[in-house]
This record gives sequence, C-alpha cells and structure tokens, in this order.
Amino acid sequence: MSGRRKIAIAGVAGSLRTHTARAVFLFYGSAVTALAGPARPPLSPTNIFAPVSTPAQSILELSRFVLTVTAAIFILVFSLLAYAVVKFRQGRSPDDREPAQVYGSTQLELAWTVIPILIVVVLFLTAARVIASIQNAAHPSTAIEVTVIGHQFWWEYRYPSLRVVAANELHIPVSDPAHPTPTFLTLLSADTDHSFWVPRLAGKTDLIPNHPNSMWLDPHETGLYLGQCAQYCGTQHAKMLLRVYVQTRDDFDRWIQQQSQPAQLNDPVSEGQQIFERTACINCHAVAGTVANGRFGPDLSHLMSRDTIASGAAANTPENLRSWIQDPAIIKPGCKMPAMGLSDPEVNAVTQYLETLH
Amino acid sequence: MSTESIALPLSGVSHRPLVEQLHQWVTTVDHKRLGILYILYALLFLVFGGVEATIMRIQLIRPHNNFVSPQVFNRMFTMHGTTMIFFVAMPILFGFANYLIPLMIGARDMAYPRLNAFSFWMTAFGGLLLYFSFVGGDGLYGAGNAPDVGWFAYAPLTSQTFSRGHSTDFWILSLLVSGFGSIGTAINIIATILCMRCRGMTLAKMPLLVWLNLVMAGLVVLAVSPLTAAQLMLLVDRYLGGHFFDTQAGGSAVIWMHFFWVFGHPEVYVLVIPAFAFASEIIPVFSRKAIFGYPVMVAATICIGFIGMSVWAHHMFTVGMSSSANTFFVLSTMAIAVPTGIKIFNWLATIWGGQIQFKTPMLFCVAFLFQFLVAGLTGIMLSAAPFDWQLGNSYFVIAHFHYVIVGGILFTLFGAFYYWFPKMSGRMYNETFGKLHFWLFFIGFHLTFDFMHIPGILGMPRRIYTYEPGRGWDIWNLIVTVGVFFQAAGVLVFIGNLLRSYWRGEIAGSDPWDAWTLEWSTTSPPPTYNFAAIPVVKSRRPLWDLKHPEDPDWQYE
Repeated sequence: MSGRRKIAIAGVAGSLRTHTARAVFLFYGSAVTALAGPARPPLSPTNIFAPVSTPAQSILELSRFVLTVTAAIFILVFSLLAYAVVKFRQGRSPDDREPAQVYGSTQLELAWTVIPILIVVVLFLTAARVIASIQNAAHPSTAIEVTVIGHQFWWEYRYPSLRVVAANELHIPVSDPAHPTPTFLTLLSADTDHSFWVPRLAGKTDLIPNHPNSMWLDPHETGLYLGQCAQYCGTQHAKMLLRVYVQTRDDFDRWIQQQSQPAQLNDPVSEGQQIFERTACINCHAVAGTVANGRFGPDLSHLMSRDTIASGAAANTPENLRSWIQDPAIIKPGCKMPAMGLSDPEVNAVTQYLETLH
Repeated sequence: MSTESIALPLSGVSHRPLVEQLHQWVTTVDHKRLGILYILYALLFLVFGGVEATIMRIQLIRPHNNFVSPQVFNRMFTMHGTTMIFFVAMPILFGFANYLIPLMIGARDMAYPRLNAFSFWMTAFGGLLLYFSFVGGDGLYGAGNAPDVGWFAYAPLTSQTFSRGHSTDFWILSLLVSGFGSIGTAINIIATILCMRCRGMTLAKMPLLVWLNLVMAGLVVLAVSPLTAAQLMLLVDRYLGGHFFDTQAGGSAVIWMHFFWVFGHPEVYVLVIPAFAFASEIIPVFSRKAIFGYPVMVAATICIGFIGMSVWAHHMFTVGMSSSANTFFVLSTMAIAVPTGIKIFNWLATIWGGQIQFKTPMLFCVAFLFQFLVAGLTGIMLSAAPFDWQLGNSYFVIAHFHYVIVGGILFTLFGAFYYWFPKMSGRMYNETFGKLHFWLFFIGFHLTFDFMHIPGILGMPRRIYTYEPGRGWDIWNLIVTVGVFFQAAGVLVFIGNLLRSYWRGEIAGSDPWDAWTLEWSTTSPPPTYNFAAIPVVKSRRPLWDLKHPEDPDWQYE
C-alpha cells in the first residue's frame, strides 16, 4: 500500500516540477509540449512515441529515421504524380490526335531500380543494428527476473528468486543508467497465445504455449505504465489489461518484502474465509498460508495491495469486488470465473474476507 | 485480323422461361457466364462483409460501448476477414480473370471449361458453408455459432479445448472446399494462358493483364496448397487425435503460424497483382499512351511473385524468432519495395505526356496510385522489425493493410467494373453516378483509414471489442466510424448505378473507350464463341495497329 502512495506522491511532485516549465512551453505551442517529455505522456498513456525505457527508445530512434526516409519518398512521388495528373489532363477541346507513344526508357528504369535498392540497403542495415541491440542485449547479474504467464484473461507474475507471486500488476524497480537494474521477463502461456505490450517500455513479444520467449525493460522513470494484451486470446482479449508500476529501488524492495509474507488472517477464522474455502473458489485461487492453493486464477494473498481487479478492468473498490464475486460477467462477460451462486450474505462475507488480504 | 462477329439472336434468348434461363446459368461452362457468376457472388458477400465491418465500427464508436457483446464482436471480425479475403476478393478477381483472359488472348474459352464450372461451385459452396455456421455452428449448447478465432485462427485457440462446438469446423471446411476451387481455377488460368493464345500472340505480346494473372495463378497454386494442408492437419487434430498444433500435448502453435503465413503473405500478392493488372490496362487507355516499359513491368511482377514467397515471417516478428531470422525477413520484405516502386514509376511515366481522360475508371485508378504509394510506405515502416514490435497487431497494421486491400485493390476493382461493364452488359453506366460513387467512397475511405493509423501509434491493439477511456483513442475511433457510412453510401450508389444501367443504360457498342486489346474487337456482350474468326496479332496492342495502320506498334516492339 505504501509503495502505491509513494508513486502517487512522486507523480504530484513531478507535475509541480514541470509547472514552471509548462508556462514556458505554452510559448511554443502544443507541438513542443507534445515532445516535452515523458513526465506527462503526450496524447495517450500508451503512446509508442513517448518511451521511458531503452528498447522503446531505440525503436523510437529507428522509427524517426524510417519516417524521415519514407516522408521524403512520399513528398517526391506524390508531387510527381500530382503534377502529372494536373498537367497532362485532357483539355476542354480534346485533340483528335493521340499523344506521342513512348514505349520505355532503359536509363530512367535503371535509375528507379538502382536508387530504391540503395535506400533499401541503408534502411535494412539500420534496422538490423537495432534488432541486434535489443535482442542480443547483455544480461547483467543485477537484473530482476520475472516470469510472466499469460492466462485467459489475466497475467501471472512470478519472481522466482524473490519468492513472490503476483497478478495483473507488475512491479519493477527503476533502472538508473549509471547502475542499470533492468528487468528480464520470461514469457510463458498457460493456454492460448497472448502478447505483452506496454508501448512506453518496449515493443511487444508474444506469450505462446510450448514456446518460451523473453524480453527486457529498463525504465528510467518511476510511474505507472499501461498496456494490454496484443494477441487475440479469446472472448475477453479486450479486458486483459497491463499495469506496470515502476518504483524506486527502496519502494520496490518494500513491496517485495510485503508480498513475500503469507496472508494476514483473522483469528478465529472468519465466516467469509469458511465460505471461500468450502466453495470452488480454492480450486483456482491461492491464499498463502491457508488451504487455498489453486493456480488457475490470480493469487489473492495480497489482493488489497492492488489498485484494480479483473486484470485492470475495474478499480479495486468494495462495491466492484462484491459485484465481481456475485457475477464476474457483469464486469467481464465471457471471463473464466464463474458466478458461484452465493446468497447476498455469503457474498458480503466473502467480500469482507477478501478485504482483509493486504 | 478479323473484328466482325456473327450477330446473336439475343431477343430469342431473353424470352425463354425463367426456369430455363436459370438452368442455363447453373449448368453453364462458358467462361463469361462463370466470370459473371463469380463477380455477382462476390458482390453479395461484399455486402455481408461490409455489414460485419459496420457492426464492428458502431461498437467501437466510443469507449465501453454496448452495441454488441464481446462474443458477437469476435465473430464479426472473424467472419469479416474470412469473407472479404476468401469470398469477396479472390472470387471477384477470379471472375475478372475468367471473363477477360480468353477474350484478351483471342481464345474461345478457358482450357478446361468443366473444371472452371467445378471450381466456381466449390468456391460458392465454401461460402455457403461458412455462413451456414450461423445456423448450425452451435453443436453444443452455449458453444456459440459462427467462428470466433480470428481470420488467421492461431493455434491453440482452434483446438477442441478452446473452441467447442462446430463453428471452427465450419471455418476449416469452408476454406478447405473453396481452396480446392481456387487451385482448380489457378491451374485453369495457367493452362489457358500457356496453351490457348491466338496466332502471333507470343508471351512477350500478351496484354499485361494476362501476364499478371499468370503470375497470380502461379502464386495461388504455391500458396493455397499449404493452407489446404494445414486445414486438414487441424481437422486431424480436432477429430482424429492428432497433435500438430495441440500445445497441451506437445504440439506447436508456431508451426500453424508458419503454415498460415506461407499462404497468407503470398495471398496479399494474389490479390494485389490482379489489381496491378487492372491499373496496367486502364491507365494507358485513359492516358492515350502505351504502357511505359512493358518488359520491366513483367519482370517486376515475376520478381514480386518470387520475393513474395519468402517474406511470410514478417507477420511473425513478435513471435520471438531469433535475431538472425528477424534480420533475414526484414531484408526480404524491404526488397519487395524495389519491384513495387518500379511499377509505380512506370505508371507515372505512362501518364506523363499523355492526355488524361478522367472517366470514372481512371479516377479510381489515379486514386489507387496515390493510395498505394502510402500503403507501400507504411509497409516499409512495418518491415523494419523493431518498429513492427510496436506497430504489429495494432490499429496501424489494420490501417496499413486496408490501405492495400481497399485503397489499392478495391479502388482498382471499382475501376475495372466501370471499365468492363459496357463489355459485359452491352450498356454504358451512368457517368454522373459513377463520379458520385467515386467521391463518396474516396471521402469515406480517407476518413476511415487515414485516421485509423493514429490509435495504432497510440497503443490500441486490434481485435478488442471495447477500450478504456482516457487513452486518447476516442476521437479517432469516432472519425473512423463516420467514414464507414460514406463508404456504404458509395457502394449503394455503385450497385444502384449498375442495376439501372443494366436495364436502361445507353447501348455501348463494341469499343466505347477507343481501346487497344482484343476484347474490344468483338461485340458487347461477346457471343458465346467470343470471336467469329480467331484473330491474328502482331503486337501488344492489336487494335492500335488496326486503327493506326500508318504507325503500328509492331514496328517498335
């Protein structure tokens, strides 16, 4: 919980810092503001052109080059076409004679074969360099290792060396360029294909069953970065949202410390816990330190430390949680969690129990 | 050469009883009738696919909209993609190929008329199977009708585990059946072009449309076969306990992707090469000039055909291939830009120095030139693998390939419709309505597909039935949806114009455009036997030679 508050405070401080700067930016108009930097994402929190992490930054630099080259080609060919279409249109009193018939020109055709080949060679070499720099990057010993497992329709995050299992909200430390602590993700899938895409951090990589993949992030700024599943995975593909919390190293360590504890339980066992453990809830959900050890659904040991439920589809408020337990299809029709057919008092009791899981 | 033909007793034909006329259409082996059947069938499916697209766009007009359920939305994009590729684009292009190739090479029919009829009815049956899934797809209570696995149906979503009921079976069978039809037609086109040309028409004197369709047919044989094989493997997986793509039993989801895109990318060229073919016939006639650099145009097409077979994995840059595999597919994909660029420059050079007549077919082809330029350039952006890691599977990709398929292929197809409608029906279309269609569709196309690039850059993935507010996507989606209604209005004007002109249009005569290829030397519509006497040609533009005996083409070729 405290980690989350810290991020909010950092966000406020960030906006205060940029306050004076913004007055200056007003001078230059919105175009400059759009480029002003990632403190406040321009146009969209998922803008691919507002990178805060090296892979996304390298892609932006490559795309700037590609866009410049293609824009130049566009302007040239568009102008030629437009000129030809306007200049050579038939006049009001059409000439009865046909225009001169030209069958070709070896020099011209050679020119528009060779010049594009040269452009392609340059573009190819530039792209190849960026591919190598991202895909073959060194894997430092200080890196954080996270195993990401895609499920229909939520994300499981396992930190094998830190003994933490989390769901839907990925926490990683900020990476200081001087002392990089990148995060390496191992991407697995429990069912169908998914794709991990947080545009401001890196390009997307698919999660494919029987085909482990990997990718890495090294965010340079704290904050919350959004994204979502980018490979169609079934009915609720649209609400398989991604939230990546980039924290200072201290906040991240505190979060890990808190997440690695077993669930804090009431003594004596509450009514809600009894209902939870005698219905099918525990077939899919785990609560560390209790009999609930299912793995088909998100681990709920620290449910209340999350901002959202249903893989980012709803804020984690008591009302939403209650509605979710009563009938998940209201928030996410087609999701895999069934409505358990609990009575109102039972739903209230289970909600109260889950609200104790900090 | 001979341009006369024997007049048909047309009046006698049209007064036969309706049942007899329909029977003639169902049992016909005439390439012209089969061509028209293909085209009408595809137009019907164009309306289905258009309605599906409209439903999706209404759902996406604002965030958290509730126009349709996620299940229905997922069926809509699956059916839209499958319909538009397999039951609109391919049949309509086969239809034009069927109709035009024998006429353009001075033949009386295709090489295998009965295979031709068989292929059409297989394709037609495939389309019916796909749509029958709306009725018969449930199989299990609550399993859902109509396939909802996406048009490229990635494994393991298609396995029994994730796709219960029969909707996926209908998808598999319909593509299997229509795939046989496509391969049959492709073999027929190749055999016709290689064996049925009239005297004097060497390969180097064929109209460009014929050359390009030859390359297209070769690609169909090479590309549709692996798709058909993959469909059989998937059926084995689903019903005979196979594990090709069954990841839960050690199968590979990635193998399906390779199978699909080894078909899927050449398929893009299967569709766009005939579009190039239309442009290569229409642009010269309305610029009043011979095509610029015919040998280079042919070479560039063959080049696109070959390179097009080696680029498929650029659809898979995010699948986690090795850096060397990614690098190879960047190179092969970018290489395609060279022959494609040659084509655009050669069309430009054809226009250069001409006298452009802006009749409706030419309007569509000029718009095609500009739009295909943009589609090619966004293609270069996507070919740079790291850029694709951001743009892949986003709305940018949707905008890019609709720029190819609508801005490129559909625009030239509309041009082809107006250009050959007088030949097929014997009557002129209405030029005013033709231009109204063009402008409505042009405005709608640009509203929809220009603005669709932006949400992709802002991180909006494809195939989502709804999206969160506050992502900066709302306004762009609204504009995109508004454009759809302009396009729909354009298509309505088009269909109205064709219907009205079929009954009330002016009589066209055999050569309304003062054109140069053999189909314009016979009557409109041509008699069953096409030519009273098989023509003999000396150049690529036999009718130019006839009209300009003082300056014939064969002196220069």
